[in-house]
Amino acid sequence: MKKTYKIEVDCANCALKMEEAAKKTAGIADATVSFMTQKMNVIFEEDADVDAVMKAVSKACKKVEPDCEIFL
Amino acid sequence: MTRKQKKVLYRIIISSVLLAGIMILTHFVEWNRWIQLGLYLIPYIIIGYDILRKAALGVYHRELFDENFLMAVATVGAMSLAVWKGEEFAEGVAVMLFYQIGELFQSYAVGKSRKSITDLMDIRPDFANIEGEHGLEQVDPEEVAVGTIIVVQPGERVPIDGRIVEGTTTLNTSALTGESLPRECKAGDEVISGCVNISGLIKIETTKEFGDSTVAKILDLVENSSMKKSHSENFITKFAKIYTPVVCYSALALAVLPPLFRLLILHQPANWGGWISSALTFLVISCPCALVISVPLSFFGGIGGASARGILVKGSSYLETLSKVRYMVFDKTGTLTKGVFQVTDICPAGEMKKEELLYYAAYAESYSNHPISRSLKEAYGKEIDNQILSQVTEIGGHGVTANINDVPVAAGNRKLMEQLQLAYKEPEQAGTIVHIAVNHQYTGYILINDVVKEHSKEAITGLKAAGIKKNIMLTGDSRHVAEAVGADLGVDEVYSELLPADKVEQVERLLEQKGEKEKLAFVGDGINDAPVLSRADIGIAMGALGSDAAIEAADVVLMDDDPLKIALAMKISRKTLRIVYENIVFALVIKAVCLVLSPLNLVNMWMAIFADVGVMVIAVLNATRALRTKKM
Repeated sequence: MKKTYKIEVDCANCALKMEEAAKKTAGIADATVSFMTQKMNVIFEEDADVDAVMKAVSKACKKVEPDCEIFL
Repeated sequence: MTRKQKKVLYRIIISSVLLAGIMILTHFVEWNRWIQLGLYLIPYIIIGYDILRKAALGVYHRELFDENFLMAVATVGAMSLAVWKGEEFAEGVAVMLFYQIGELFQSYAVGKSRKSITDLMDIRPDFANIEGEHGLEQVDPEEVAVGTIIVVQPGERVPIDGRIVEGTTTLNTSALTGESLPRECKAGDEVISGCVNISGLIKIETTKEFGDSTVAKILDLVENSSMKKSHSENFITKFAKIYTPVVCYSALALAVLPPLFRLLILHQPANWGGWISSALTFLVISCPCALVISVPLSFFGGIGGASARGILVKGSSYLETLSKVRYMVFDKTGTLTKGVFQVTDICPAGEMKKEELLYYAAYAESYSNHPISRSLKEAYGKEIDNQILSQVTEIGGHGVTANINDVPVAAGNRKLMEQLQLAYKEPEQAGTIVHIAVNHQYTGYILINDVVKEHSKEAITGLKAAGIKKNIMLTGDSRHVAEAVGADLGVDEVYSELLPADKVEQVERLLEQKGEKEKLAFVGDGINDAPVLSRADIGIAMGALGSDAAIEAADVVLMDDDPLKIALAMKISRKTLRIVYENIVFALVIKAVCLVLSPLNLVNMWMAIFADVGVMVIAVLNATRALRTKKM
């Protein structure tokens, strides 16, 4: 399943870090973060609990980039 | 400016005023060193607290080696060095200050160009008007069902695809096609969402849901375009990942090894302070921000600029590939030609006049719905009076015979003439020929051709100038016609009489022949050529408005069907790539020079700040050039 989230991030490098962090999160098959459009595209693994996974993604991103925001 | 940017701006102003004040004060008043340090720490903390916090968090999460870490180490290092060596504290504060000014500028410039690009692409309609009990009601386009009548007032955007049921107007399609000429529309015409209604009020019966409408499709495509990253972007990501740690360890080595070498081998004073300050300068220079920010920004600008001209590029990787295309393969019908048959020549024989010949042909063929017949009727241009027509007989594969005002007329190909045992003249021009016999006498022929698009020839020449090695045309049409069109346009190779599957085969053969780094593009109109579009290195679909299959299969979508846009797309991609390489080379060269000079103590902290912030600012400004495609 694929979903797009609006995000807020200040720099291109931070967006990269978020992408890395999101990709490593359990339940995520693939993720891309576009700094330019301020969006995160996420492909979930099958039978993943979307809400829980996204909470984990948000937490992981906050860890690498304290200033970022994912609008769930 | 955003709230965040404003806050940084205030912090910059306050801390610069404080820094200047403290520098002047300490010039006149002899203060204890520790009091001085305390005073300097005030502007330092004001300007740098967020950087220090992020650096600390980075260390805590074991996410070392980002620019925050670099700046924190450099400035804290500079301050400590000043304490130790009894020098000025101003340098460390100034470095942080300049870094923040650079960051602010960058975020402002990037935000601004991001906004201008998204504005450019923002064709999302906010509402649809529905006639309710109390006049017009504004509703969310997503809630409008198929078959609803919506009202579009002058100045509003058509929210959903549909058909006009009432009213006439002119529509501005420039947001979709880049075409500035408005389009006249009347009741019965199909309209696509995203166009802006200029003059009159129209009522539209929707034929699609919002999600399936053109505007939603385009938005989806554009918004996801930056997700498919190019090699250059991936290169920068990987580069930054290796580069930053390497630089950090080099700086550490620079701070520790030479002093130890001096101390232990040369038995000289170590000069720790000098080497540590070199190492810190080294760190400041090395920040990779200029690359990390400017490369994606350039691509984004290029994609945005292209979409403003009606060229949708589905990802920066395609923009990159486009610049490497050396073989351009065209489908003929609908791509280089209009795909519409038109009468191109009328050649009467004997005493017959041109109009007369056309009159007979149009009447004789008037019952048929074949494209050829339609083109004859269109060329004739007058109302057909069925009363005078009798005994119409269609002879399959040959033509038609009929009586017009009781005069027997035969119109058809050469087989028909042979069957009627009439002497006819077979012309040399390529195209479909309709011979006409009136009253059992051969009276001449009419030539019908698929007309070449106005700009096709110019486009082929333009592509050659843009570095295309070979323009190749594939068609299912007969060899005679194909070669005539090919020669007329100046295409290098022509392959004719191909079935759709043959086209794939032909493209595969061409793919094998070309060099490793040369790319092949296929341009088609999206009808029947989806497999070829996806097989080529890059598939370009043109005139794709409304054709979902083409939008899906192609990598680059030309919204209108002007072949000149292909050359324009290539130019835009070249320009974008040139900007990307300019930035990469410029940033790396300046940094490399400074990095080499810094251990030699030829670069001070101030120059280092320029090497970082200055290069970044210039790179960002350069990147925004990619957006400018208006005059290309």
